[in-house]
Amino acid sequence: MVPITYYLWLGAILFMIGAVGVLTRRNAIIILMCIELMLNGVNVTLIAFAQRLADLGGQVFAIFVITVAAGEAAVGLAIIISLFRNRSTLNVDEINLLKW
Amino acid sequence: MVQTLNIPLPDLSAIAPELILTAWVCGVLLIDLFIPKDRKHYVGILSLVGLTLTFLCSGYLYLRGENLSLFGGMLAVDGFALYFKMVFVVVVMLTIAISLRYLPLEEINLGEYYGILLFATLGMMVMAASTDLITIYLSLELMSLSIYILAGFIKKDPKSIEAALKYFLLGAFSSGILLYGMALLYGLSGTTNLSGIGSYFAQHDLSHEPTAILAMILLIAGFAFKIAAVPFHMWVPDVYEGAPTPVTAFMSVGPKAAAFAALMRIFLVAIVAVRPHWNSIFWGLAVLSMTIGNVVAIAQTSLKRMLAYSSIAHAGYVLIGIVAGNQIGYASVLLYVLVYVFMNLGAFSMIILLCTKSGRGDQIKDFTGLARVNPWAAAAFVVFFLSLAGIPPTGGFVGKLYIFAAAIQANYVGLAIIGVLNSAISLYYYFRVVMAMYMEELPGPLHLSTHPVLVFALTVMVLATLFLGLYPGPFIDAAMSSMAPLLPKAGVLASHF
Repeated sequence: MVPITYYLWLGAILFMIGAVGVLTRRNAIIILMCIELMLNGVNVTLIAFAQRLADLGGQVFAIFVITVAAGEAAVGLAIIISLFRNRSTLNVDEINLLKW
Repeated sequence: MVQTLNIPLPDLSAIAPELILTAWVCGVLLIDLFIPKDRKHYVGILSLVGLTLTFLCSGYLYLRGENLSLFGGMLAVDGFALYFKMVFVVVVMLTIAISLRYLPLEEINLGEYYGILLFATLGMMVMAASTDLITIYLSLELMSLSIYILAGFIKKDPKSIEAALKYFLLGAFSSGILLYGMALLYGLSGTTNLSGIGSYFAQHDLSHEPTAILAMILLIAGFAFKIAAVPFHMWVPDVYEGAPTPVTAFMSVGPKAAAFAALMRIFLVAIVAVRPHWNSIFWGLAVLSMTIGNVVAIAQTSLKRMLAYSSIAHAGYVLIGIVAGNQIGYASVLLYVLVYVFMNLGAFSMIILLCTKSGRGDQIKDFTGLARVNPWAAAAFVVFFLSLAGIPPTGGFVGKLYIFAAAIQANYVGLAIIGVLNSAISLYYYFRVVMAMYMEELPGPLHLSTHPVLVFALTVMVLATLFLGLYPGPFIDAAMSSMAPLLPKAGVLASHF
């Protein structure tokens, strides 16, 4: 059987890849994908804990996170589409109208 | 063998405010389909009716002194939750009142606006009542997703869309961080219930356990984003400037107050055992937020950006109450949130009063000579600024007085001094606008709105700000008694002052 720490490391690494991606990538869609990656890292962590604790709470939590992530993707993509219609770019460095 | 699943149905009357609002949002969204395009303000008025019902219902439960735990400890209906619920409903009613003029101006007079606003309210209301990590996360996302949409509501305006994108990306990022903290808390304690986590933390010494500290730091980072505390404030000025003005007004008060409610539930109930660790971090956040917020606000030329930095500073003041960690400190958080609602919404409504089709009226120079055109409007603005700066006889003074008194009582004299100095700095940039209104000549014609609902809402906010300053007694008592359910869990001995 695979020890639980492997799953926790997998979750942590997924989360870190996502977080670093959010901070370094410049394309809005890739940033959105990286955020989803972070959430999935959390899901792996939650389910690993739920398995070890023999508690359903963590799995229920993960299902809710997946549901919310779907809603988040819908809202996010809608915002990105209307941004592209306005500015014809998805590069977050070029989205800089609001500065003082 | 047939197993019957037995789900005990709790007494639903305790969550009647949420149920009424949920039913009302669905109704509003349906009725919106049958209302012609030029009469969408009826949808707003309909929403106001629903909010009034919700308010009355919450008020009834509050006066009855409910203290219940529902759905297996997922939700609590106590004074703390009901106090915040009433504050949120007032916030949204005022927001709708100031939107009725603004939406037709920007040609975004759509019925969905009100529906989404009500969904955000619902999220905030559940958030204040949540006593479980799952419900906190779900209600937080319901609130945030609704506000991402509202921030980008002026689809044709690149600034609004840009604000929505920035808010969305950073908000979703911070939710992810918060969620990882929650997952670690769950893994440590084996439960998602806040009281359960609290008793696990009380029984085990986790002050040197790296996982517990990491979870705490992730939770602080996630919440600091939501309450807009430095150094997690980068999104605030941009988003506040780009979003439609009523939405900015709403964002600067509602979600911030809701985040404070959830923060207090998590930190005072679940992880109060590691208080020495998080208290020093909050101390730093409070000092940084106040100082950077106030100093950077001086340099702003846009009133919306200035108020954005001022709202960062106000998050810092409120954090002082939590750092102080005594009964009066926690109660002053609740009191300050209430005062902040009226003064900050009021300041943003002034921008709406001035905005026209051609200009948004959000530059400080737009207010030049206002006192000559309409002395009443200028006087109202002065009241809001006095209150924001914390000068008597306004509500802001009472709020700050209690916060600083709590800090001194808890031996955080340095923090109180930094807070007072910061209030002095804030006076400078607030009164720059007052100078422009009173001392400078009118550059050209200035059009002020006389929309009856907007004027009524402004009058209410001015009177409420003054009333809270002149007669704060009942509100202080309400804040004290609302905080009572959380105090024993936070290990604070309740006493009377």
